Amino acid sequence: MFHWIHKYGSPKYFYHFSRRWTPWIGGLTALLLVVGLYWGLVVAPADYQQGDSYRIMFVHVPAAWMSMFVYMAMAVSGVIVLVWRMKVAEAFMRASAPLGASFTFLALVTGSLWGKPMWGTYWVWDARLTSELILLFLYLGFIALQSAVEDRRTAARAGAVLALVGVVNIPIIHYSVEWWSTLHQGATVTKIDAPSITLDMLLPLLIMAVAFTTYFVTVALMRARVEILEAEANSNWARELADKTGD
Amino acid sequence: MSLQEFLAMGGYAAFVWPSYGLALLILLINLVAPRLRERNTLKRIARGNRRARR
Repeated sequence: MFHWIHKYGSPKYFYHFSRRWTPWIGGLTALLLVVGLYWGLVVAPADYQQGDSYRIMFVHVPAAWMSMFVYMAMAVSGVIVLVWRMKVAEAFMRASAPLGASFTFLALVTGSLWGKPMWGTYWVWDARLTSELILLFLYLGFIALQSAVEDRRTAARAGAVLALVGVVNIPIIHYSVEWWSTLHQGATVTKIDAPSITLDMLLPLLIMAVAFTTYFVTVALMRARVEILEAEANSNWARELADKTGD
Repeated sequence: MSLQEFLAMGGYAAFVWPSYGLALLILLINLVAPRLRERNTLKRIARGNRRARR
């Protein structure tokens, strides 16, 4: 077990692991996106109430799920950073933040574009919308903190604390539609009983959600290996690698 | 369904297509940015190596 962690947790090993696997996970992502988009935009029927506007769901809902999933991934890495001081976890945490911010921004804008024709407004200070906006500010705060602290390792530890404090916002986002009954609709897919959505809409939604997840894994691995490379720029393996490929 | 009908999105084209366009743009930017950064970092390290050898 400890041998395993030592091997996979070493920066050099991680760098090569990332280079080797990202093309494959990226390829899988492209495939899933093509299937999900075709199914969602062409095959799935129009909604009987919302017409074709509901198709925004196929990007909005996966983006919103990812905005919370990425935050939890950051918080878990944050624990590993604080307890074990693992460099790969630091890199992964820092790599996740811009992706989380991107997904959150995408969820907010697509939600607003969906809200205009359905609710009649681009924005309301509804509990769901407001807590999602706070999530965006948490990501941006994390990113700002990383660039404000000179020493990478100190920045990572400070960021880990920020990420952990911000976890309180995640259940607020999730339960906001139950705790405050406002404009945003409740859960459709993750209900205890059967989801209240036809299979022809549910399946493309799930495919898009998996595609967004594999996309996150791909790009987080890519970003994290660049973080590793920058942190280890003076090490022998990085310098040898740069001689081979950096010209 | 004709292409024109598909593009019209039942009258919601102005909301559906910008959503998908923005999603594509954001996914692409995030994909390209780390590749460029990695290439620049490797170049920078290689330059440092050459300077150290002189």
